[in-house]
Amino acid sequence: MANNRRIAVMSAGLAVAMLGLGYASVPLYRLFCQVTGYGGTPMRASEGQAGQVRAVAGRTMSVRFDANVDAGMPWRFQPEANTQTVQIGQRTLAIYAAQNLSDRAITGAASFNVAPAEAARYFTKVQCFCFNQQTLRPHETVRMPVTYYVDPAILNDPDLKGVEQITLSYTFHVVPDAAAKGA
Amino acid sequence: MATIAHDHHAPEGHAHAHEDHDHDHKPAFFQRWFMSTNHKDIGTLYLIFAIMAGVIGGAISGIMRAELAHPGIQYLGYFAELLGTHNPDMNQQLHLWNVLITAHGLIMVFFMVMPAIIGGFGNWFVPIMIGAPDMAFPRMNNISFWLTVAGFCSLLCSAFVPGGTGQGAGIGWTAYAPLSTTGAQGPAVDFAIFSLHLSGAGSIMGAINFITTIFNMRAPGMTLHKMPLFVWSVLVTAFLLLLALPVLAAAITMLLTDRNFHTTFFDPAGGGDPVLFQHLFWFFGHPEVYIMILPGFGIISQIVSTFSRKPVFGYLGMAYAMVAIGVVGFVVWAHHMYTTGLSEDVKMYFTTATMVIAVPTGIKIFSWIATMWGGSLRFTSPMVWAIGFIFLFTVGGVTGVELANGGLDDNLQDTYYVVAHFHYVLSLGAVTSLFAGFYYWFPKMSGRWHSEFLSYVHFAVFFVGVNLLFFPMHFLGMQGQPRRMPDITPAFEHWNQVATLGYKIMAVSMVIWFINIAYAFIAGKKAEGNYWGEGATTLEWTLSSPPPFHQFETVPVIKDEDHH
Repeated sequence: MANNRRIAVMSAGLAVAMLGLGYASVPLYRLFCQVTGYGGTPMRASEGQAGQVRAVAGRTMSVRFDANVDAGMPWRFQPEANTQTVQIGQRTLAIYAAQNLSDRAITGAASFNVAPAEAARYFTKVQCFCFNQQTLRPHETVRMPVTYYVDPAILNDPDLKGVEQITLSYTFHVVPDAAAKGA
Repeated sequence: MATIAHDHHAPEGHAHAHEDHDHDHKPAFFQRWFMSTNHKDIGTLYLIFAIMAGVIGGAISGIMRAELAHPGIQYLGYFAELLGTHNPDMNQQLHLWNVLITAHGLIMVFFMVMPAIIGGFGNWFVPIMIGAPDMAFPRMNNISFWLTVAGFCSLLCSAFVPGGTGQGAGIGWTAYAPLSTTGAQGPAVDFAIFSLHLSGAGSIMGAINFITTIFNMRAPGMTLHKMPLFVWSVLVTAFLLLLALPVLAAAITMLLTDRNFHTTFFDPAGGGDPVLFQHLFWFFGHPEVYIMILPGFGIISQIVSTFSRKPVFGYLGMAYAMVAIGVVGFVVWAHHMYTTGLSEDVKMYFTTATMVIAVPTGIKIFSWIATMWGGSLRFTSPMVWAIGFIFLFTVGGVTGVELANGGLDDNLQDTYYVVAHFHYVLSLGAVTSLFAGFYYWFPKMSGRWHSEFLSYVHFAVFFVGVNLLFFPMHFLGMQGQPRRMPDITPAFEHWNQVATLGYKIMAVSMVIWFINIAYAFIAGKKAEGNYWGEGATTLEWTLSSPPPFHQFETVPVIKDEDHH
């Protein structure tokens, strides 16, 4: 019987470990996406890292800007220019505008994505309004900058041969009040 | 195969009669069936439960087949009214469709196939086949069963409470976020999730019980490499359950907290990702399909060997093929997610890994055929069902290899081609193996003979019905009919009518089956201990039919020269 209990406890331990692994997958998956650009997660670079990147003469990429708001988010949100044609490796500034259409202050957080997903590994943001939560007073309008560059390594990726345009997409979500105070 | 010379409970004669008086005392009705700790009684309870759940799940698919036979919405309004939505509008009628596909999937997977094949046949025959008196933890066995029943009740409850657009949980058996989080307000989805928690807990306990029983309670001489293949199949299945179900539990618990406690595991607004749910679900979901089919493989191995009067060809290869299927089954999950934006390299990996599974599966198919080759075949009803299984499962396996291709799957994702594929491996594969096992062991379990004639008729009608039902879905899928839609364009009407006709024929075969069971209990001949005779060499055939309430009071000994 003692032997039975030993095997049962080991089996139950295995089950609990798998349960733990299920939960551990949440941070691991996030880390994995940030490191690999998997699923269209763009890269992030510091000013220092960005300074070392050299623009490639004569090679350009079109970048399209997409803006969305989540259901129940009373903001108007749009890019100032729909597309930019940028030199690959060249640091570029893009501006999005957001207006709070409601009569109360609202804090928003932007989620972001790049399409095609394979290009995310090379789409590098130096500064972005999406790194922080944004609070807009009633009817306030703000202009929000994104500084980015397209990593020249993209030219060597066979998966992205023939890709001439990358779309950068943002969606603003309402941050509930309690969470906004904590942030 | 193991021939046990000296078992106390020889089928006929003095020892048996003696048994009835002294040791075979059964508890009173309530105690026996509601507080049971006897593996055979619990197995019987599981089988009865699975049959009842199967009738409900099958009836639901009947509603769906009726609705799909013609373009437009004909029946959903009527059934939405029945569930308590007064004058349902079109959205509520369409919501009912989602509820039906959800209920059909969950019932058939968690409350029909799994209870029948693991809880039913596993409980009945694993202890007997290894020469054990019972399971290692008889009381935990009882808890496993009643948790499964409680889970089923929770799922049924969900149909009668609000689930967003209408009554019931309409989230698919996959319960993808955000449909299952922000897309379905109301308690129905919580009931459905709770149902999975309960039945999952029951299955995990059952798995622990099987692993302990098989590792610790084998009779002297019954080494792991002498165990019957059905026991091997349940052992591998138990490990799959133990490793896969907790991941599902984690995923649906996250769903639950996303729904009710403002977590954002799958909500991009809070930094979550709905695709993560798909990864977690399919990390469970793909091993789950092997959980449903592996014990079927085990049953088929026993039957083919018995009626070829030969040991199984390549026993070790058969056992380790199942282990290989189990192991590789854990690293192929994203082939269910080819259209979620995987990179080419990831798709190539999952395509290749998935196709690798065809190798051990092929070993099994070829070994069954090689067992029959040169054997002294008897086409009894279980053998006929088993050969039907081998054919039908192979058809489903071939479409599986096709769908494994990331490039092809981009086109066939979420079409009826996929529906045809998984019904060929499950409702024609797993269910056919269940019927094969049923006719193989029914006289052993009940002590009464079914009618072999009706069993053949059952098989013939079932075979025609299910093929008529599911084969046209290949055509419909190739032409682009999407799954999970209640309406069809007139172009799809013809083959959908054929499929619905097939459903009716299949339903008739179920009636024949029930008549057969009734016949067995009313007028069936008494079955001997080893009614299949030569070839039936595993330990259950050394016992009377039905076996004594407590078997193997004298421990059987398996001799060195005996083989599986």
